[in-house]
Amino acid sequence: MAVTGFLTDSTLCIGCKACEVACKEWNDVPDDGFVWSGLSYDNTLALGHSTYRHVKFVEREPKAGCGGNAKEQMTWEFSSDVCKHCENAGCLEACPTGSIVRTEFGGVFVQPDICNGCGYCVVSCPFGVVDRRPDDGRAFKCTFCYDRQKAGAEPACAKACPTGSILFGRLDDLEIAADRRIAQLHASGMDDATIWNPKETSVGGTHAFFIVRGDPRNYNLPPKPEVPTTLLHQSWSAAAVAAGAMVGLSLIAFALGKRSAGVPPAGSAASRRRGAK
Amino acid sequence: MTKIPESRLDQIREQAALGQLDAKGVRPSGSPFPETPSYNGLPIVKPPVWTWEIPLYFFAGGAAGASSVIAIAAQMTGASSSLVRDARWIAAIGAAASGPLLILDLGRPERFLNMLRVFKPQSPMSVGAWTLTVFGTASAGAVIAELLRMKRIGDAAAFVAALSGLVMATYTGVLIGATAIPVWSKHARTLPIHFGASALASATALLTLRGHDDAALNALGLAAAAFETYTGIEIESCDDIESEPLRRGPTGLTTRIGGFFSGPLPLALRLLGIRSKRARRAASASALLGSLITRIAWIEAGKASAADPRPLLKS
Repeated sequence: MAVTGFLTDSTLCIGCKACEVACKEWNDVPDDGFVWSGLSYDNTLALGHSTYRHVKFVEREPKAGCGGNAKEQMTWEFSSDVCKHCENAGCLEACPTGSIVRTEFGGVFVQPDICNGCGYCVVSCPFGVVDRRPDDGRAFKCTFCYDRQKAGAEPACAKACPTGSILFGRLDDLEIAADRRIAQLHASGMDDATIWNPKETSVGGTHAFFIVRGDPRNYNLPPKPEVPTTLLHQSWSAAAVAAGAMVGLSLIAFALGKRSAGVPPAGSAASRRRGAK
Repeated sequence: MTKIPESRLDQIREQAALGQLDAKGVRPSGSPFPETPSYNGLPIVKPPVWTWEIPLYFFAGGAAGASSVIAIAAQMTGASSSLVRDARWIAAIGAAASGPLLILDLGRPERFLNMLRVFKPQSPMSVGAWTLTVFGTASAGAVIAELLRMKRIGDAAAFVAALSGLVMATYTGVLIGATAIPVWSKHARTLPIHFGASALASATALLTLRGHDDAALNALGLAAAAFETYTGIEIESCDDIESEPLRRGPTGLTTRIGGFFSGPLPLALRLLGIRSKRARRAASASALLGSLITRIAWIEAGKASAADPRPLLKS
C-alpha cells in the first residue's frame, strides 16, 4: 500500500473552513465550545480532541513588495493545520496500550476500542495535536480518514477544499509537487514562501507538511520539533544512577549501623554517630 | 496592585534600550520591541490531562519502592526484624494504594487491563504499568508469605519487590522527563535522581515515624535531604526559559515550598536528629510533606510550561 500524505498549501487557502466543517461532519466530532476569541476570524484556536482540522488566520505587518498588499494594510494569511502524522511519532511511541498504530497508509491512528485514556500521548506529541476528550475519556486526533482511505477515497477535508489548498496523494508525489509549487511561487515574486517539513530533526519528517509564507513560527510550526524518545537514553541512565546510589547508600548505612551497634545497644548515641557518617 | 522590585524598572529601561522587552503581552502598537514570532502567543503543546491522582501516585509509589529497597538492605545486613517487617508493609500498602490511583486517573478506568496488552520498552508508561504489576504482586506476596510463616517465599518475593521497587522509585522521573513538555524534558536527566531521592526521603521518614530509631535510617534521610538541597540550588540557578515555571508565578512558589520542606529543613533537622529523637521525627514529617508538594509542583509546572510557546519556537 502506498504511503499517503497531505500537502497543505497556505498560499491557496481562502480561510473558508470547509475542511473543518467536512471533518467534523464526516467523523462525527462533537463541538468544542462556542467562543469568540477576538483573534482575527479564528475561533477554533488550536487542534485538539474535537478539532482535527484548524484554520489559522495569521495577521502580520506586510513586507514591502510581497503579495501586493498596500503598506498600510495588514497581511492576512490562512493555513489549515492538521495532525502531522510524523515519521517518528511521539504519541505512537508513548502509547502503553498499543492503541495508537501506524496504518498501511503510513498514517498514525488511535484505535478507539483500545485506548484507555491514560493521557500519555497528550504530553508526548511535539505539536499538541492529540488530546483526551473530557466527557468521553479517550484520546482523539485526526484519523487521516482511515475509513475513507480504506475504501479508496480521499480524506473528507481534502475533498471539501474548494481551492486545492489541501492536496492528498502519494507522499513522494506530493513532495515533488511541493518543490514545483515553491519554484513557481518564487518565480512570481513570493520569495518568502517555504516548505515546512522537519526532516532534519528526530521527528524525521511528517506525512502532512505545509507551504507557508514567511517565518513558519508565525503559524506555530516549531522550527526544531523533537520526538521525546530521544530523551529516553539520558533519562533511564539517570534512573540507573539513582537506583545504584539507593542500593549502595542503603547497604552502607545499615552495614555501618550494625557494626556500631555490635557492642553498644542499638540506638545508642555512639551507634547513631557512626551510622550517620 | 503588583509590587515589583525597584531593580525591575532599571531592567525594563535597559531591555528597552536594546529593543528586547521580556514581558509577555506588552507590545504597544508601533513600539520598537521585536515580537517573538508565534501564532498569537497560543500554546504549541497540550498540557497534561492528569489530575490529583498522579502526583499522589508518584508520592506513594516512590515511597513504597524505596521502602522495599530499605527492607532488603536491612535484612541483608542483619538489622532488626521489626524494621524489615515494617518496611515490607510500607511497600505493600504503598503499592496497594498506587494501583487504584493510576486506574482512577484513566479516562476509561474499566479498560485498565489494556495496559498489559503489550510491553513497550520505548514507552515509560508501559514500563511503569508492568513494573507496578510486578511490584504490587511481589510486595503483597512478601507480607502475605510472612503472615503464613513461609519465610523462603517471603524473602524471594521481597527480593523481587526490591528490584522492581528500584524502578518504581525512579521511573516516574523518566515518565515526565521524556515528553514534549519543555520544563520536563529540559530536566530529563535530573528528574529520575530527584524523584529517587524524594522517594528515599519519604520511605525513611515513614519508618522513622513508625518508631524506628536506627542510625542508618537517619543517615539515609540525611543523604536524601542533602541531595534535595543540592537539587533545589540547581533549579534556582537555571536561567533558561524552559525552567521559568519552576521559578516564577504560583508554580515557582509551589516548587520552592516543596524544595524547602524536602531539602534545607530536613537536612538541618536530620543533623540535629543525630542526637535528638524529636528532631528526627520533625525531619520526617517535613520530608514527607516536601516530597508530596514537590510532586504536585512538577505536575503543575508542566501545565504552566505547556502554555508557553516560546521555548519551542526558539530557532
